[in-house]
Amino acid sequence: MSKPGKMAQQLIKSLFKKPATINYPAQKSEMAEGFRGKLKFKAHLCIGCKLCMRDCPTDAIVIRKVGEKKFEAEIDIAKCISCAQCVDSCPANALDITPEFELARLDRMKLKVLFSADTDDDTKEKT
Amino acid sequence: MHDPRDVQVPIGPQHPALKEPESFLISLHGEKITDATIKLGYNHRGIEKGCEERSYIRDLYLVERICGICSHSHSTCFVQAVEEIAGLEIPPRAKYIRTLISELERIHSHLLWLGVAGHEVGFDTLLMYTWRDREVVMDVLALISGNRVNYSMNTIGGVRRDITPKQKEEVLKATGILEERTKYYIWLAQNESTLLERLSKVGTLSRDDAERLGAVGPTARASGIAHDVRKDDPYAAYAELDFKVITANQCDVYGRTLVRLGELMESYSMVRQIMQKLPDGPISIKAPRKIPAGQAVSRYEAPRGEDFHYVRSNGTDKPDRVKVRAPTLANIQAVAKMLEGGYLADLPIVIAAIDPCFSCTDRLISLRQTDAQSKNTATWESLRLKGIEWYKSKGIDFSSLNKKLAESL
Amino acid sequence: MLKAIFYILVFPGFLFLFMFGFIAEYVDRKLCARFQNRIGPPWFQPVADFIKLISKEKIIPQEADATIFILMPLLALAASIAPILYIPIWSEHAAFSFDGDIIVVLYLLTVTKLAYFLGGWYSRSVYSMIGAVRSLTQLFAYEVPLFLCILAPAMLADTWSLSGMVSFYNHHLGYWFCNILGFAVALVSLLGKLEKVPFDIPEAETEIVAGAFTEYSGGLLAMLRMSLNIEMVTGVSLLVAVFLPFGLKLHSPAVIVLIYLAEVFLIIAVITLLRSLFARLRLDQMINFCWKYLAPLALAQVVVNLILKGVLPR
Repeated sequence: MSKPGKMAQQLIKSLFKKPATINYPAQKSEMAEGFRGKLKFKAHLCIGCKLCMRDCPTDAIVIRKVGEKKFEAEIDIAKCISCAQCVDSCPANALDITPEFELARLDRMKLKVLFSADTDDDTKEKT
Repeated sequence: MHDPRDVQVPIGPQHPALKEPESFLISLHGEKITDATIKLGYNHRGIEKGCEERSYIRDLYLVERICGICSHSHSTCFVQAVEEIAGLEIPPRAKYIRTLISELERIHSHLLWLGVAGHEVGFDTLLMYTWRDREVVMDVLALISGNRVNYSMNTIGGVRRDITPKQKEEVLKATGILEERTKYYIWLAQNESTLLERLSKVGTLSRDDAERLGAVGPTARASGIAHDVRKDDPYAAYAELDFKVITANQCDVYGRTLVRLGELMESYSMVRQIMQKLPDGPISIKAPRKIPAGQAVSRYEAPRGEDFHYVRSNGTDKPDRVKVRAPTLANIQAVAKMLEGGYLADLPIVIAAIDPCFSCTDRLISLRQTDAQSKNTATWESLRLKGIEWYKSKGIDFSSLNKKLAESL
Repeated sequence: MLKAIFYILVFPGFLFLFMFGFIAEYVDRKLCARFQNRIGPPWFQPVADFIKLISKEKIIPQEADATIFILMPLLALAASIAPILYIPIWSEHAAFSFDGDIIVVLYLLTVTKLAYFLGGWYSRSVYSMIGAVRSLTQLFAYEVPLFLCILAPAMLADTWSLSGMVSFYNHHLGYWFCNILGFAVALVSLLGKLEKVPFDIPEAETEIVAGAFTEYSGGLLAMLRMSLNIEMVTGVSLLVAVFLPFGLKLHSPAVIVLIYLAEVFLIIAVITLLRSLFARLRLDQMINFCWKYLAPLALAQVVVNLILKGVLPR
């Protein structure tokens, strides 16, 4: 049986290296720019075809008509799996996916996000 | 047959040795295992039935989530079967991108397995080091596909995202770092004597037993059987890549370790070849929503072995039947054989050596000839009626839904 | 009388060992984490764990023997604190000493294992019974080398009392070198006694959940973990007293205590390095290893000391 303990050199070297763990939440880790996090809805581009609703695997997005050619979207963050199939299915490019991933809330009702038809680009979240 | 004086130890369903619930009831005589009974089914989620209720596009995401580590395997296997029924020929760039994600997933899975094997023999330091290196490949996958697990790269007809030159650079850089670290782990596995003591002569499965019990993947390749779906039945871009099938002759856990480490090195070389040969062109073709009637079988070499999907379609946009046979189901028959005559202390590493993924395993098994009077088997119809009766006893009545269904048909 | 109570309750007894146990656990876990390239727990983690465990519910299994189940953690705690009274820390003499106290110290360190065994056996759960039996089986492997390595320096010093041994080596400082082989073997055997990897077979988390401790919860588990920490401190103190008797010629007790603390932390660091370095051995492999390598080396040390005793001047 050869002498055990072959990792000794690596272990002692690690004492002087910076740890590989990130001290979250004091330090945040940066996600890559294509990372699929929270959805974004651009109301002025939506044409109300509801293809996104048809293709969503979890029925997380609901499009409602609130006026002539005006649509609002309600996305249930608790159901959304960030697969971005709706982004691919939308023929009008009205949906986009952002890298925001810190989506936990203390109240379940706050997880239903309403993108109203009036605002142009920015999101207006429903509480 | 076990002596009634033997102690019965329940390993599972909940046990620190198992990452997922599965029941191994073993009989112990001192420290030696005399008998092992395996019960599956704790992870059954009704995915095959769920696939029948959803359209093909929604099914992509459901099938992907059969397992976290082999998610791309299941997704690609399913999509290949659907594309075969629909007669779609996907562009070559899509084939190469699928192969790239497939090899990156294999790297991810084998590094994870090394850590888990270290943890099961009490070598926590190896766990920490290999999982730190796994972060490198997960960051690369997040860069390419947008998520660290469940990559969702596939769509029916090709892939959804393209690879930019900047991403190519990152992939090659990561491959270089990981190759160096893997060489260190190979050296460690061949030289660290406490590891060798724990892994050698443990969980022996002779070549004949492996063939008889139907082992697949690294479990079979460690017993000298050179089966690999990537060579025997090439799919995606594997026909154009140059790689070796790694086998070992030790027939034990140490052999499986060497096979997986060898496969890691082959994967790095394959990733470099893919990056070099990546052809230009579109990444997907338009697929119809309604897939014509037909059936297809698709095989895929997941990190754990041969994955097998059967899809039957009937002309609508929902599949008629989806059947999944995961590699762990084929390997689990061999575990009972490997455990007999071993020590209790070897049980966690023997189970971990087949790289079990019980989430993949628990599916429906249909029997052809059954005795309908038997207490232990139930037919589909009798199960359905039993469910309706059970809910009625709790006060929930489904008969209104049944009427609606009858009217709509 | 008051002095005795002070020794038992404050220093070097209960309170000192309590605090030292927490600090030793923190040093062990933090060093282990740094070896594994992680950050590790903050300094108050062992205290926080202890307070959390005390505040939880004590669950006693229905089939377990309740009296023994509750008494064993207390016995383990007492048996791990008691030996420190016979180990010299701040001078050549310990708090109490008499001829033959080496045997008492070694015996008390074994009583903790007996307490774990009884606690595990009377918990009546399969995992704890297997863990308890493994604990005793492991005892047969490491006890002999450990005892021989402690007795060899005693033989050279020609005394059965720890304080006598320490004062002998204090006067003949060069003789420390004769015991170096015994030091190495005793360190490895101590790993077995403290049940640290590669010898943590009785508490193999991936095989038998938590071994003898499986059914314990709440304040009883807090006491068991405390006794594990204190056992580490006491065992290492024994090794320091026998094999590293340095600095006792200085006249200020405070400096001697500081040297003692430094030596204890040094040995704890070596133990942590050893425990991060190896995989866990199987029971039969461990017994093979101890009887094939450790016991002959310990015997060699005894023989060497016997020869040197006749040769060297007193």
